[in-house]
Amino acid sequence: MQSTENQGKLWEVFIQAKPGQPFKHAGSIHAYDKEMAIENARDVYTRRNEGIALWVVPSDAIVAVTASEASSFFTPAHDKVYRHPTFYDLPDGVKQM
Amino acid sequence: MKKAAIDEAQLLKEFEEKIEAEVKIEPRDWMPDAYREHLIRQISQHAHSEVIGMQPEGNWITRAPSLRAKKILLAKIQDEGGHGLYLYSAAETLGVSRDQFLQWLHEGKAKYSSVFNYPTLNWADIGAIGWLVDGAAITNQVSLQRTSYGPYSRAMIRICKEESFHQRQGYEIMWKMMEGTKDQQRMAQDAIDRWWWPALMMFGPHDTDSPHTSNAMKWKIKRESNDRLREKFINKTVPQAELIGLKVPDDQLKVVGKDQMGEPMYAHGDIDWDEFWRVVKGDGPCNKQRLDHHINAHENGKWVRECAYAYQIKTNNQ
Repeated sequence: MQSTENQGKLWEVFIQAKPGQPFKHAGSIHAYDKEMAIENARDVYTRRNEGIALWVVPSDAIVAVTASEASSFFTPAHDKVYRHPTFYDLPDGVKQM
Repeated sequence: MKKAAIDEAQLLKEFEEKIEAEVKIEPRDWMPDAYREHLIRQISQHAHSEVIGMQPEGNWITRAPSLRAKKILLAKIQDEGGHGLYLYSAAETLGVSRDQFLQWLHEGKAKYSSVFNYPTLNWADIGAIGWLVDGAAITNQVSLQRTSYGPYSRAMIRICKEESFHQRQGYEIMWKMMEGTKDQQRMAQDAIDRWWWPALMMFGPHDTDSPHTSNAMKWKIKRESNDRLREKFINKTVPQAELIGLKVPDDQLKVVGKDQMGEPMYAHGDIDWDEFWRVVKGDGPCNKQRLDHHINAHENGKWVRECAYAYQIKTNNQ
């Protein structure tokens, strides 16, 4: 997998737009090492001050749920409506909670 | 993934329900082979166009008439390279490698927009490209922001944010020339005379002659037809030409009504389809030059890729 092919391996790019905000996935780039990856990410994804911080992550280090497993994988959340605040009744007198 | 007996008809039904409900298709979702193949062809052609499109403009970097103009042109061309990279990344999510896309381009199996096979003869052409060629590309790309494939849609949204500077800088060049000397005005008119029709050709064949349109519309890869987009572009652009005193080189152009916003709508002449197909099939003024240049740049850059790889191995800096 690691060779000169494909202009280096694949990295995923995450950008933080402003302090306090979460990092968001922006896209991917190719690079041969960490330093090249972070510089390529800067040049490709932040030419107009889109971010104040950057992460690059080797794509093969990301663990994901496969599409075919997804529906059963997330089933445990389906029948727990009591986790949402709207599940609960409140007496009429309560103004804010 | 060897799940036995997944019913393909059921998968297709679920896929088409998602398309119907405007739910984006993501790389790991099931999709019909024909959908995948259409996207591979369309997105890679789009990526190649961004990258090959750097050549006609690059021709004028060293001869830009001012430092301001040079910095703007450099920034624009860098954007085009970036747009190519967004699109290659989107295309790679369909399971084809970056090298494979380049190989198909170099073998002539993949196409790029024919408009880049026309030469840039003088500085006014840089104005005409930004205004007309990028203007046509934007019309298409705004529509493609709503394409059904998630990675392609996200790339289009990012690209559209960046493109409007491209069109404005081109229009500014044309406007400044039309405010200038008689010679500058002649240059600007000559540029629109040469670029108007190639820009209209960018929207592709008539819908009735477009072999890939029907599936692409059904599956919402394309959201508007070639002819519809071409008309949108003409209606938007003709008033811009007239405002700065340029004549659009189409004798049959005339106002035939107004749209809901009160803006004029035009009837227009037809493209020279013989020329269109000649250039698509490889016989335009610069087809060979553009491809040769890309192949040479790729081959001459091989030592850089080898050095970068050797450094990665040596430092174990992965």
